Amino acid sequence: MDYTPVKEDIATEEFWVNMGPQHPSTHGVLRLELKLSGETVVDSIVHIGYLHRSIEKIAEKRTYTQFIPFTDRLDYLASMNNNLAYVLAAEKLMGIEANDRAKYIRVIMAELGRIASHLFGITTFTQDLGAFATPLFYGMREREKIVELFDDICGQRLTYNYMRIGGVSRDLPNGADDKIKKIISYMRPKIDDLEAMFSKNRIFTARTKGIGVLTAEKAVSYSVTGPNLRASGVKWDLRKDEPYLVYDKFDFNIPTGKNGDAWDRYKVRMDEMRESLRIAEQAVLGLPEGDPTVKAGKIFRPAPGQAYMRSENPRGELGFYIVSDGSPIPYRMKIRSPSFSNIAVLPELINGLKVADAVCVLGSLDVVMGEIDR
Amino acid sequence: MTISILTFIIMIIVGVAALVFIAVSAMFLIWWERKVSAHIQTRYGPMRVGWHGALQSVADVIKLLLKENITPAGVDMLAWWFAPFFAVVPSVMVFALAGRDLNIGALYIMALTSICVLGIFMAGWGSNNKYSLLGGMRSAAQIISYEIPLILALVTAVMFAGTLSMQKIVEAQKDMWFVFHPNMAVAFLIFLIAGTAEVNRTPFDIPEAESELVAGFHTEYSGMKFAMFFLGEYTNMFIISALAAALFLGGWNGPFLPPVIWFLIKTYGIVTLLMWIRWTLPRLRVDQLMGFAWKVLTPLAFANLAVAGWVLLR
Repeated sequence: MDYTPVKEDIATEEFWVNMGPQHPSTHGVLRLELKLSGETVVDSIVHIGYLHRSIEKIAEKRTYTQFIPFTDRLDYLASMNNNLAYVLAAEKLMGIEANDRAKYIRVIMAELGRIASHLFGITTFTQDLGAFATPLFYGMREREKIVELFDDICGQRLTYNYMRIGGVSRDLPNGADDKIKKIISYMRPKIDDLEAMFSKNRIFTARTKGIGVLTAEKAVSYSVTGPNLRASGVKWDLRKDEPYLVYDKFDFNIPTGKNGDAWDRYKVRMDEMRESLRIAEQAVLGLPEGDPTVKAGKIFRPAPGQAYMRSENPRGELGFYIVSDGSPIPYRMKIRSPSFSNIAVLPELINGLKVADAVCVLGSLDVVMGEIDR
Repeated sequence: MTISILTFIIMIIVGVAALVFIAVSAMFLIWWERKVSAHIQTRYGPMRVGWHGALQSVADVIKLLLKENITPAGVDMLAWWFAPFFAVVPSVMVFALAGRDLNIGALYIMALTSICVLGIFMAGWGSNNKYSLLGGMRSAAQIISYEIPLILALVTAVMFAGTLSMQKIVEAQKDMWFVFHPNMAVAFLIFLIAGTAEVNRTPFDIPEAESELVAGFHTEYSGMKFAMFFLGEYTNMFIISALAAALFLGGWNGPFLPPVIWFLIKTYGIVTLLMWIRWTLPRLRVDQLMGFAWKVLTPLAFANLAVAGWVLLR
């Protein structure tokens, strides 16, 4: 949809609206400058940096283990997955490998974390569409089950700090695997319920179908990853294409979209939650025996060198590039966060749309400011 | 015309009583909405102040009364100051009809409820805030668009009753509620949809769309001025629901219970329906909203009106 100015007798004027950093639907402290002609967005500028905490610099002052809690603060809705991505990178740098039980526990945690994150992403998206708080509360109720499980396992509800280099911080407590199975069987009908609430809703489809179309070429050229990329029809998922941990042992599909519009992005997330449940179920059934924990307080001194490891986070590829100079602290760390690339495509999508659709597209991209600004 | 002192005093007492009823009704509706929405959303809602938070609205009103009245720099003083009154006074004036028979009652109500849009637009313009301006513009466009199907639906009821007097319209439904007539059932649906839009509630709440416009036209208002908008909004909702009850659901007609109770039951039933819709559906986009009003609802209302005329004259 291209914007064409209409010739009118009344003198009209385009104006800039500042959306954020304090705005109900900018998902944190994103600031958008929108140039509006009436209700239509003519031009837009994305400003980031309001949540910058210099996490990459902090990494240069912490030992490898000490840095794990900081990764919780990147994408704070998927802390478990961030933990995992970081320890995988550190393990690659040090040439360590976790044992099988640790790997299976990591997979379960990562997939449950993905479901929790997608529940939040989808329901805040519908909140942006004006379904005020009701779907959000339903999503939170479901997410609460996962958060409670994580609380049982690692003692935290949001910033888990659970993964360790070479393992996990503690083994699953007694009865945790039954609890996980129970959550999986509880979650299936609830996801169907949530989908029933939107997928057949005329207003919801009218608001999302054909809105903010991201073509496959554009998605690739902006290096958009995760569900946003798959919604554009590109079948790229690191769990399948570059398997890490034990993902190659499990049977699961990669849901993709066709058009790359807001609807597809929503639908891909919905389907991904079901696939995550399948993975988690297979993992918990095949959970091997052993001791997944590692000795606490161990100081790692990796040989000088560098390593880059990426893994599939709920929002896309999260990569850690670590340079070691042989000391117990990293010489340099660079974090490649998925939301940073995903938000970059936003101006391309919203120019020419209505304000309401701009909010819809932003919600459908499901960005988290914590990892954009780092 | 001379008015005796006694009549004057009675008028003041009745007026104050009406104001108290409006305020209490709005406060009850706010509490009720919070409770309904909470139970839809698997929450409890207010629980601390009074029985199940029954006094929460009172506490809120006290808080709003005590709040500082902030006037942002650069506002258009006249529009800014008068907007809250324009939003609330017309709704209050509708209550002048209560218990009285006016031969053009339906017309009087529609004329007054249309004035509210002026208050919203003044607030949007006077606030000197871009979000408020967008909200005010959306609101003006929306309310004017939906006024037409709303009035056409009302006219259908007027045609069936053969009078503009609200009293007589209700009396005409003594034997059968209008809503059971197929023609009027369509009109009732149109009235409900257009009424929802008229009082700016989801899925037609674009004037104050929180996720887009922060709070729309009342973004800059705080304290008692904000409370006035709130009061106006909930009073309007009560009026629309009461109108729907009177025009289509037989008003105060009903067995056993006293008429007033019947009327309130029906009115609050429709209010609850509006709340249920609000807390379930997403919001339409502004152009979809206009398209729906002009391309679907208005033609449908006209067709319905024509059929009603044919049925009546047959």
